[in-house]
Amino acid sequence: MASSGVTNILIVGVGGQGTILASRILSSLAQQEGHDVKVSEIHGMAQRGGSVVTQVRMGKKVFSPLIAEGQADIILSFERLEALRWMQYLKNGGTMIINDQAIEPVPVLLGLQEYPGNIIDRIRSRIPDTIAIDALALARKCGNDKSSNVVLMGVLARKMGFAKEKCIKSLEEKVPAKFLELNKQAFEEGWNAEI
Amino acid sequence: MKELLTGNEAIARGAYESGVTVAAAYPGTPSTEILENLVRYPGVYAQWSPNEKVALEVGAGAAIGGARTLVTMKHVGVNVAADPLFTLAYTGINGGFVLVSADDPGMHSSQNEQDNRAYAKFAKVPVLEPSSSQECKDMVGLALEISEQFDTPVMLRTTTRIAHSQGFVELGERTGEHTKAYVKNAQKYVMIPAHARGRHVVVEERRKKLQAYVETCPVNRVEWGDRGIGVITSGVVYDYVKEVAPGVSILKLGITFPLPEQLIREFAAEVKELYVIEELEPFMEEQIRVMGLEPVGKKIFPRIGEVSQKMIAEKLLSVTQFKDLIDKSVLVPGVEAEKDVQIPVRPPVMCPGCPHRGLFYILNQLKMTVMGDIGCYTLGSLPPLEAMDTCICMGASIGSALGMEKAHPEMHGRVVSVIGDSTFLHSGITGLLDIAYNKGATTTIILDNSTTAMTGHQDHPATGRTLSKEPTGKVDLAALVRALGIKRVAAADPFDLDQLKKIVEEEAAANEPSVIIVKRPCALLIKQADLPYTIEPETCINCKKCMKLGCPALSAGADSVAVNSALCTGCALCAQLCPSGALKKEGEVIG
Repeated sequence: MASSGVTNILIVGVGGQGTILASRILSSLAQQEGHDVKVSEIHGMAQRGGSVVTQVRMGKKVFSPLIAEGQADIILSFERLEALRWMQYLKNGGTMIINDQAIEPVPVLLGLQEYPGNIIDRIRSRIPDTIAIDALALARKCGNDKSSNVVLMGVLARKMGFAKEKCIKSLEEKVPAKFLELNKQAFEEGWNAEI
Repeated sequence: MKELLTGNEAIARGAYESGVTVAAAYPGTPSTEILENLVRYPGVYAQWSPNEKVALEVGAGAAIGGARTLVTMKHVGVNVAADPLFTLAYTGINGGFVLVSADDPGMHSSQNEQDNRAYAKFAKVPVLEPSSSQECKDMVGLALEISEQFDTPVMLRTTTRIAHSQGFVELGERTGEHTKAYVKNAQKYVMIPAHARGRHVVVEERRKKLQAYVETCPVNRVEWGDRGIGVITSGVVYDYVKEVAPGVSILKLGITFPLPEQLIREFAAEVKELYVIEELEPFMEEQIRVMGLEPVGKKIFPRIGEVSQKMIAEKLLSVTQFKDLIDKSVLVPGVEAEKDVQIPVRPPVMCPGCPHRGLFYILNQLKMTVMGDIGCYTLGSLPPLEAMDTCICMGASIGSALGMEKAHPEMHGRVVSVIGDSTFLHSGITGLLDIAYNKGATTTIILDNSTTAMTGHQDHPATGRTLSKEPTGKVDLAALVRALGIKRVAAADPFDLDQLKKIVEEEAAANEPSVIIVKRPCALLIKQADLPYTIEPETCINCKKCMKLGCPALSAGADSVAVNSALCTGCALCAQLCPSGALKKEGEVIG
């Protein structure tokens, strides 16, 4: 909790990775806890494979939908490079959860820029509480790459100390019925992941 | 019951609860989701119009007819709709009329960051600015009441952070029917000069009545705190001020035109330092300065981009005598940014399998001067395609191609315009009419992906479906283009590069205007992609010709290109460029 009694979670990734569903599950959880909640999303052009960020703030009373730089308690990054890009939004002593997956941006695919090496080590050297997890591999175990967002939600929900039955309730609320079983499994994978 | 809603969802809810029965819009970020949500409520007729001007006119007719009406658009859409807006301000309405202008400070998804509050003052209509989703809902109802009480259109101005942020909203029931009878009244609604002169007098009287109203209306309120610092603010900036300086006195203005002069004077007299904090233009500040007051505003805050908590803390601390009132925790630095390595940028890109990619590849190869337009295809301006010279506003490509040709007749054959199907129907038709009328000879390329893609796949008059997904008539683009006077109309498949190149060359060289309709549905609308391609690394000569497509499914390696089969949709553009035959459709690879 920040000094104002508001918990700030920054969810970052690449357009199309499902960050918005993750933020909706998280805000539903906060709602179950009786918190005031504000969530900020980006729609439109940035979604076309660009760098995307969703901000979730919860606490007794939340005014601003945006987290100030250096004030995030937790960053949940769906991709390695995005974790590096947004790292300075985390407060000192905060938690970084990284999906250990690389999605190369076009300048890298073209060979014009280099995808930095040793990203996890670089981040860990600055952020002791860094959790790296191969969410894609765990999602694949459940039979659908796209559920890696919910795998990551499993990691985050456990780290934040939410009760599991409340998590399941939020999944039931936010995930379309035909993908619910798959996503419950994906959530379990994240919840039980060794971190 | 409380629900977590975005500002846009809350506006839709507010319109439903307040008895809106007619709504019209053209999609545009950050406004699009309002009508997508409103159409789901019973008892509301909602539609996509071909453009914002028509949407506002549909709303004008419905409101004059007596219905409560909502019209929504992004900020630049109001430029298109300004003509009917300014005169609707003269005629007034019958049923309540609310125009939602969704502004985009910071240009998250826009070509400029104009501050549309200026339109409210210019058109002499009131403007409301919500600070939360709850206020979005409540202010729709209040705006409708003001509209009916003062017989005026009302603007509800949001910004991206309000439109796309979620907060709790207390839901209510729909309040009964409000639709009034329509009564013919030519002096009020037929704006011939003789009538309009009379109406302008009414508009000025209305402005005075509104000025009196805003002094005591509930959305303009003082939150007294320490009287060392007094902040006048509105919209999302109010939220930032509450976090950064919770102890100061705040005059929160829910209506920013007209301003409550007495309330402002009383507030200013009580505080030692007076600030106006607002994004973009000094809209409130200038009005307050006209009152003879001297607040600190744009002297320390920028006119460019968004305001942030951190900025407010820094700027206030730089000038105030009351530093204790500012919460400095927002200035505590967080984790140090990475400075040892360069972090590659991640711009938005055309999706794998995007039907626009092939055309921009060809236009790049042919070194065409390309007058561009607004849509996903504007991404064709970025490397490696880089095949776009201009992008100004919706529909501008076609007229500007004609202008370029008239300025440089020697460029004949090298100037084309590109425009999407939805954008063409929005405001490209008249540009093409101009080319036919004024004997232009440029080639207009319509990228028909059968949807309004960038804003999230909305229907339009050429998709055969309405906003409520009902089947409807479908405009035949080729027949429409011919009716405008264009005789050369070609069709092309963007996945066949040789054919596409040949057609572009032929049509551009012709001595008369031509249109090429390049048709393939948006890749995101195709549920079952074709089989992906794979590469034989030993056959690949690593010439990187395929990399010129800028496809996210292809990546450069030291010895060969690699294909990401999870992303590849099998569009086959890369295989058409491969001189060594290394790229093969999955299943075609033999031993």
